[in-house]
Amino acid sequence: MLKLLELLKSNAKLTNEQLASMLGMSVEEVEKTIAKLEKNKTIVCYSAVINWDKTEKDSTTALIEIKVSPQRGHGFEAVAERIYQFPEVKSLYLVSGAFDFLAVVEGKTLKDVATFVSSRLAPLDQILSCSTHFLLKKYKDDGVVFVENEPPVREEGLF
Amino acid sequence: MDYDKILNPSVCEIKPSGIRRFFDIAAEMDDVITLGVGEPDFMTPWHIREAGIYSLETGKTFYTANRGLAALCDEISSYLSRRFGLKYDPKSEVVVTVGGSEAIDIAVRALVSPGDEVLIPEPSFVCYSPITKLAGGISVPVPTLEKNDFRLTVDDIKPLITPKTKLLVLPFPNNPTGAVMRRSDLEALADFLRGTDIMILSDEIYGELTYTEEGHVSIASIDGMRERTVLVSGFSKAYAMTGWRLGYACAPAPILKQMLKIHQFCIMCAPTSAQYAAIEALRDGDEDIAMMRESYDMRRRLVVDGLRKLGLPCFEPLGAFYVFPNISKLGLTSEEFCTQLLHSKKVAVVPGNAFGESGEGFVRISYSYSVDHLVEALERIGAFIAEFGK
Repeated sequence: MLKLLELLKSNAKLTNEQLASMLGMSVEEVEKTIAKLEKNKTIVCYSAVINWDKTEKDSTTALIEIKVSPQRGHGFEAVAERIYQFPEVKSLYLVSGAFDFLAVVEGKTLKDVATFVSSRLAPLDQILSCSTHFLLKKYKDDGVVFVENEPPVREEGLF
Repeated sequence: MDYDKILNPSVCEIKPSGIRRFFDIAAEMDDVITLGVGEPDFMTPWHIREAGIYSLETGKTFYTANRGLAALCDEISSYLSRRFGLKYDPKSEVVVTVGGSEAIDIAVRALVSPGDEVLIPEPSFVCYSPITKLAGGISVPVPTLEKNDFRLTVDDIKPLITPKTKLLVLPFPNNPTGAVMRRSDLEALADFLRGTDIMILSDEIYGELTYTEEGHVSIASIDGMRERTVLVSGFSKAYAMTGWRLGYACAPAPILKQMLKIHQFCIMCAPTSAQYAAIEALRDGDEDIAMMRESYDMRRRLVVDGLRKLGLPCFEPLGAFYVFPNISKLGLTSEEFCTQLLHSKKVAVVPGNAFGESGEGFVRISYSYSVDHLVEALERIGAFIAEFGK
């Protein structure tokens, strides 16, 4: 099952027939397993990794370090939900160290992100402080390198 | 000048390889999908590349000892013991070479005298016969058969043994067939060889790319075989280090001593930066090998299944990264199949007879390519076969 998930993670466009061949399973087994994993939300969704810099889309991303005061009886969960419900928040992680949450926030412009932080995020009751880092360049995302180097040449010869 | 009179006739007589010709044609065409390359599609793992870079930064730009860095010989010895249960003394039984190719050359030159016969299983990689010839030996092809899954059997070699038989080449896992020798196959061979003086050149360069539960077994680990075996391997295939040109040979000290002489006069020593990278590979590269092996294994199944679904009979290759389907039912020779496939569907594969006459009726397909590339190639081959059947 882990191998199946890793294959889908690296290429969600593989057909069930191809997956079956590669894993030495029957097509029915693959179908059943995927259906089960989708149903129990192990496979959450299928999406493409996109380098938006190559499109016309205007987009600004910021990494925001957030310090909060956890609530009695709810710990970090309640405040986390208040943060991740905003569609501007693309990812949210609870982390160890000098701050509590790391949020990835996306907006069209720098001003959009700044407005979101100052008028929506920072005023939340439990939030003690926010520190915003605007993203300047994306080198690697989710295991995929975005920097386009000339691919190394494999020459054909006697081997 | 009349160069024909001047040049060494035994060199001029060596035929150019059939692998090259197709690629020269393919290189002239646009939109060709090739399944021809015989090397990993992975880049060398970063930590290994980094070790090579660091060696340059710290000025490790001098010759090493002729036999190779002592630390590298130690690591090779302990790797062979850890992985295959072999014992070689790093100080007297290991030499680091410029690729497995040099190791093959110096082994043949150290063992073969003019007139000696060398048994070369076919289909196999194309270097053994020319190297034998240059050493003054006589190459004796040993056809391996599809019905035996291209393994080498005692029956294959028995009729070819003469008093002049000096050396048996054992190229497994095999390029181009993907065949492997199981322990039981090697034991049968060993039972026969024990009563003879025949030496073995075991080319185990694809050893780590073996897709069986048993894994790769070296003939040198079979009772009584180590004393007659020169083991050749290297870093190219297992660690995706083809361009670093680094291999090694291991043999009993009296043999290795003579091989080392040839090596030190022709080569002096293998490239220093590559040797430092190789130390890192052996110390911390087992996981890289496992990851790449699993990736090849999945692509292997994809291609074998894919070809079988297209109706091409295809024995199950359990090693290396090649599939060797039987194309004879189309009524074409290997060369005709490859030429027509290239011209009509722009897919380049290598004719089986480029690896010896017994490869006729087969083609070599490398699956060392991305899944998307392989899927596209399979589709084109499918279309070719479908049109051909009409």
